[in-house]
Amino acid sequence: MIGSILTEHLIDIGLLAFLAATGLMMLHQRSLFAVVMLSGIFSLLSAGLFTLMDAVDVAFTEASVGAGISTVLFLGTLALTGAREKRRTIWDLPALATVVVFGALLMWGTLDLPHYGDPTAPIHHHVADRYIEESGTEVGPPNIVTSVLASYRGFDTLGETTVIFTAGLSVVVLLARRRRPAARPPRDASPDAGAS
Amino acid sequence: MFIAAAAAILVGMALALVRAALGPSVYDRILAVNMMGTKTVLLIGVLGFLTGRPDFLDIAMVYALLNFVGTLAVLKFHAYGSLAGPRSDADDPPSS
Repeated sequence: MIGSILTEHLIDIGLLAFLAATGLMMLHQRSLFAVVMLSGIFSLLSAGLFTLMDAVDVAFTEASVGAGISTVLFLGTLALTGAREKRRTIWDLPALATVVVFGALLMWGTLDLPHYGDPTAPIHHHVADRYIEESGTEVGPPNIVTSVLASYRGFDTLGETTVIFTAGLSVVVLLARRRRPAARPPRDASPDAGAS
Repeated sequence: MFIAAAAAILVGMALALVRAALGPSVYDRILAVNMMGTKTVLLIGVLGFLTGRPDFLDIAMVYALLNFVGTLAVLKFHAYGSLAGPRSDADDPPSS
């Protein structure tokens, strides 16, 4: 058990070192296609780190949005503009100082946070105790997650469902329009029998 | 044993990263990204067994699917300049 925890820490350190190395490589590359590919790798590495921290949903979003969609969007931008970066090696010292100061401030801010996995952290005791102890009598279902999603956070769930329903509807509308032929044939050739 | 596997995967990740940074051709870099995704999948799987929770295997498999689709999208984009496929004749859309 000790060995596995130690290994997990070592893997954490390795992945973080890879993240830093990827960032430095992105700074030094002049070919923007390589930078796009490296940013995909960056997203995959962060997704691995998020999975290590048990934030599986965040990791999945990072992998699909960061490594999937934004890579394609970046490539589309490259197809419209150019794929080479202009050579520019001026050290912008005020910008560097600003970034270093703000990074230090953020790290200083994390010192006040509870430790990762701390069972006495406020996030685990603010309302979670009441959910665990009283959701069976207050709401009814034996599954606590169901009670939280359907009752305690009912409005939130309603909003999310509306968003997802709208997105699905938009996809259906977009896909249903593909059936129409581009060059319009004579009217009797294809009656508009699509189910839209 | 799992520890050795995890270490080997980390080494493979480092090699893929080097190839993505150095690789002269476009396909070296695409292959490096694809390999990085595969290594992430393997790492998640190995970590699940290492920490005694093999439930992560489902997530690893979803990642594998996502990686495949993403590589196809990048390759298609590189070949055609758009995701719609070859723009030869409009009334015969490609079935891929």
